[in-house]
Amino acid sequence: MKPVLSVRGLDKRFGAVVAADALSIDIAPSQKVSLIGANGAGKTTFVNMVTGYLKPDSGSIELDGMDIGRRSPRHVARLGISRSFQIPQLFIELTAAENLAVAVSGARAQALSFHSPAEAQGRRDKALELLARFGLTDVADRPILELAGGVRKLVDIAMALVRRPKLLLLDEPTSGVSAEEKFATMDRVIHAIAPDAATIVFVEHDMEIVGRYADRVVAFYQGRILADGNPHDVLKDPEVRRYVTGGAQ
Amino acid sequence: MKQGLHPLLMIALVAAVTLFGRVLPTWTLSLATVAASNALIALGIVVLARTGNVSFGQGLFFAAGGYGVALIANVWGVTDAVAQMIIGAVCGGLLGLVIGPLIARYSGIFFGMLTLALSMVLYGALVKSTALGGSDGFNVGRPSLFGMSFNDPREADFMLYAVSVITTGFAGIAATILFRSELGLASLAVRENNLRVEYLGISANLVITINFVIAAIFAGASGAFALMAQRHIDPQFAYWTTSGEFVFVAVLAGYQSVAAVFVASMALELVRSFSNLYLPNTWQLVLGVFLLCVILFLPRGIGSLWIRERQKRMRPTAATPIAAQKEAAL
Repeated sequence: MKPVLSVRGLDKRFGAVVAADALSIDIAPSQKVSLIGANGAGKTTFVNMVTGYLKPDSGSIELDGMDIGRRSPRHVARLGISRSFQIPQLFIELTAAENLAVAVSGARAQALSFHSPAEAQGRRDKALELLARFGLTDVADRPILELAGGVRKLVDIAMALVRRPKLLLLDEPTSGVSAEEKFATMDRVIHAIAPDAATIVFVEHDMEIVGRYADRVVAFYQGRILADGNPHDVLKDPEVRRYVTGGAQ
Repeated sequence: MKQGLHPLLMIALVAAVTLFGRVLPTWTLSLATVAASNALIALGIVVLARTGNVSFGQGLFFAAGGYGVALIANVWGVTDAVAQMIIGAVCGGLLGLVIGPLIARYSGIFFGMLTLALSMVLYGALVKSTALGGSDGFNVGRPSLFGMSFNDPREADFMLYAVSVITTGFAGIAATILFRSELGLASLAVRENNLRVEYLGISANLVITINFVIAAIFAGASGAFALMAQRHIDPQFAYWTTSGEFVFVAVLAGYQSVAAVFVASMALELVRSFSNLYLPNTWQLVLGVFLLCVILFLPRGIGSLWIRERQKRMRPTAATPIAAQKEAAL
């Protein structure tokens, strides 16, 4: 099957630090891929390069066969890759619905209107529909700064979903969520994004989440791919256990 | 979404304020004209400030509008007040179109200092330009309106008052519609997190440029009014203290309300006039204390007085039980 995302020989260095060392990876449609690795292994650098925030020193990144390696985050988003952030990147003085309304405006092909109300019925309906999918209808009209971290995380993911992306990148979707709630939160995320984003790549440190929700795991170590395969095999890999999970399964 | 006055109600308000000029004492007419003109340029600064950028050099466009109108009036004899206002707006807008895309890639203090630097470049050029009267500037004739000349000073003052109030009023209505629009919301988003805006597929630079050009148009029209009121123009129009005064009004107003800009502009003119009258040697001190008080007690500007109250009324006093449970769970 033709991959949605195809990365070949990706290199990125920050001075003496090697953040990506000849990375090559294909992501097939409908896969749920988890990126694991210790801090500094290069997972977020990979996400930043795929989404256009960082330019690779060398190598290619293709989305559906189109080279996107030198494009800006705006162009990459328009081509079909969306992301959420480890620390939610929201407009904190705006309400949750207004945050979603901005995302809906960005997803339209037309230029921003000077006169059409920001929350015209169509846009507000779309915003509320997405918030409802994440179970956030009650907080729609509350400013983000009044919301708890977990709720912000869900709003952040909802915003990334507005474009119905071909590929959705989630950077630690359950970080900051209590151990008791992590599965409920992840269930909600997976359920909410299912209709719009078939292919998901998520960065995760929690191996229980990885084992339960990923159908493929890619382990990073010092900018290289240490192991790549199904969760069962990768999490049992001795090198992954030594350098990444520290024995956790 | 925050809702304010309906545009039709705002038009009625503009008409009422214009007619109110008929019963105002003559000295307040010129004061109100200056206040309306300053409010117009400060409104532009507020439009721009909603993207998180403050221009310390709006005198650039103010002077461009003023000099453009003055030159056209003297060369081609265009004295109509409405035509002069439009010429001023076009001059400011065209200059904004040239500078906006270049400056939109900067932010924060760099943005502010670049605008200031550009305005001082124009100031320097004007001072050295003998063809434009150098530091003394030059005079223009009395404005007319639709072919009518106004020889009676009160009628002339009222005409200028009416044109400036109507123009500023309509600019305020346009700004209100803009603030509530898709672009207005995107501007606030740029102000808070321009990187996320880019990740959503919106060009933050384009949003800033559009707001910058709107601010330049308002500044150009304001320069035209200042010229009509003084019937004289000189490089002081582009000087940094002139720009600073407009920022002063914008800071007083805050960025949340259009009406606040008019209130702030009028308040500033009244404080300045009365302190100048009763404390001629220390009126700047009074102005400074006034600004300090506003910053201290209303850090988000005069507009926060009623915006905050409206938000309090609209928002539930406590989270609903379901939302509270959800937040506790997450």
